Amino acid sequence: MNYKNCGNFKTSYVKDAAIFQTKFSLIMIYSFIVLTFIFPFIANTYYLYLCNTVFIAIIGAAGLNILTGFTGLISLGHGAFIGVGAYAAAYIFNNTDLNFLVVIPLAGLVTAAVGMFFGIPSLRLKGLYLSIATLAAQFILQFFFVRAEFITGGVSGAFVDFPSVFGINIDSDFSFYFVGLIFTIIMLLAAKNLIRTKTGRIFLSIRDNYIAAEAMGVNVFKYKIISFGISSFYAGVAGALWLFYLTIITPEHFTIGVSIQYLSMVIIGGLGSLLGSIFGAVFITLLPEFLRFAADNLSQIYPAVTNAFAAIREGAFGIVIILFLLLEPEGLAKRWNLIKAYWKLWPFSH
Amino acid sequence: MMDFFLQLVITGIVIGSIYSLLALGFTLIYKATGVVNFAQGELLLVGAYICLQFTVGYSIPFIFSFFMTLIFMFFFGFLIEKIFLRKMIGEPIISIIMLTIGLSSVLKSVVQLFWGTNTRTFPRIFPEEPIAVMDLQISYVYLASLVAVAIFLILFTIFFKKTKVGVAMRAVASDQQAALSMGINVKRIFALSWAIAAIVSTVGGVFLGNINGINTSLSHFGLMVFPVVILGGLDSIGGAIIAGLIIGVLENFAGGYIDPMIGGGAKEVFPFVVMILVMMIRPYGLFGTADVEKV
Repeated sequence: MNYKNCGNFKTSYVKDAAIFQTKFSLIMIYSFIVLTFIFPFIANTYYLYLCNTVFIAIIGAAGLNILTGFTGLISLGHGAFIGVGAYAAAYIFNNTDLNFLVVIPLAGLVTAAVGMFFGIPSLRLKGLYLSIATLAAQFILQFFFVRAEFITGGVSGAFVDFPSVFGINIDSDFSFYFVGLIFTIIMLLAAKNLIRTKTGRIFLSIRDNYIAAEAMGVNVFKYKIISFGISSFYAGVAGALWLFYLTIITPEHFTIGVSIQYLSMVIIGGLGSLLGSIFGAVFITLLPEFLRFAADNLSQIYPAVTNAFAAIREGAFGIVIILFLLLEPEGLAKRWNLIKAYWKLWPFSH
Repeated sequence: MMDFFLQLVITGIVIGSIYSLLALGFTLIYKATGVVNFAQGELLLVGAYICLQFTVGYSIPFIFSFFMTLIFMFFFGFLIEKIFLRKMIGEPIISIIMLTIGLSSVLKSVVQLFWGTNTRTFPRIFPEEPIAVMDLQISYVYLASLVAVAIFLILFTIFFKKTKVGVAMRAVASDQQAALSMGINVKRIFALSWAIAAIVSTVGGVFLGNINGINTSLSHFGLMVFPVVILGGLDSIGGAIIAGLIIGVLENFAGGYIDPMIGGGAKEVFPFVVMILVMMIRPYGLFGTADVEKV
């Protein structure tokens, strides 16, 4: 029942590649999942709202981490890809009789196709150039959201009715919680396993040294496109979930600011770490809520704070990013590992 | 018809010349320090508001407040490099991009805290009556900004070609290690390139403010710099200037001819479409150096 083995006693590759290295971590994860399923019965609507937002952010951040953290391609258009997923879901849901559980992966596939299309410049572009190309994708897609009214509803946005499954209407924070949670678990498991497959390892090799990868026979372009596709699939699923949660979406939901938020989730959490994506998503989603709480309390002393809240929120967001980059460049996931390592031998740490 | 065309060209050249300035600042930083500056638009914003504060808040004549702003922004850019960017040397590109994005959020929020979000205008400095050149109406402020931008571009060209510091900056840009071993203070050049970038952005910001008034959405110009630098070639200063004019004119054509057909929005997105095409066909832009990779 050790939390962690005190040495490397693995005798097979299967053991080495296992997700849960010890029984202890397996039990911890299972009990955590059970707790998350019990949580909505004791939490109020506000906490459920936060959780639901966090679920969507986790899926989106995990997708961006596959592209940026694992494959090393920086995307400044993730927010727009999430938008593609949301609008695709709205269009499919309103024009067919499909259940929303089918619509969500379909929207993911549509987004994957769009993402792969915008990944084509990666044939010739790398690093900085590619990130600027994804910036262009962001603006072009945003233009499309506003102008292609026959699909997206233009500035007034797209609407859907509350979806239902097995006769249960998903019309409250409580019922959506379970949908969001289950999707998050599935998507995270899929991502975790993706990294252990051949494709995932090729992603890592492209990130670490794409010339070496190419020399070893990897079709770099093909796998970059695949990475764009998978990442956009996650974005699409996140977008579709967001649509069914809000039931109305407008182009305002998918601006460059959203892309930057997702990028900062990945950075703050830790590049190339799924656990980091979770931390980052939680942190960035809860930061404005925390600031709002602080501002509400402060405004009783300084009433001017309320008016300046929008500016303060943006400034605090920037300061947090800067501080993390300067002080904790490897993100929260690294800090988490350090904490774990500290407690490993506690109380005899020396 | 012809008038409309020429009017678009002229507006395009004026806006384009401001793009050129911004792109000059961007290219300078990128060339010298390898940093991709997403906060260029916010430097513009800060500069414009500082100048506004001097002119309106302290009632200093425009021409003095303009130069005071330039001096202020010189030190501002200097400090930004010293405090934030110096520590990021050697970090991966994504960290540097995120740092400048974070910086842009902070600068924007500081501007909002000090000056609010309403559009503010400069007191009228140039005569309101436009000049008629043949059948065209050109307003003084357009002319003034075009002249000012041209002067600054020429000054910087001379600065880079003739002065010792300018040559040192080019040396650092082309080979850091060689420059270092020749006794050039590379760190100072880094800070200097940020200072100059802040200055050129400020010039752009002040004239944009004179044309349209100032609010926080001016920082959008910082993103428009990307199509320009990609078209010109990321590391070519001359390319940045020419591409700025091209993008400015193209953007206005899109605004004049495509927007009425589809109901707006093409003006903002068209430069990015051009940029994607350029990237597909000539990834290193018109004048940039092609990246040669060694294993």
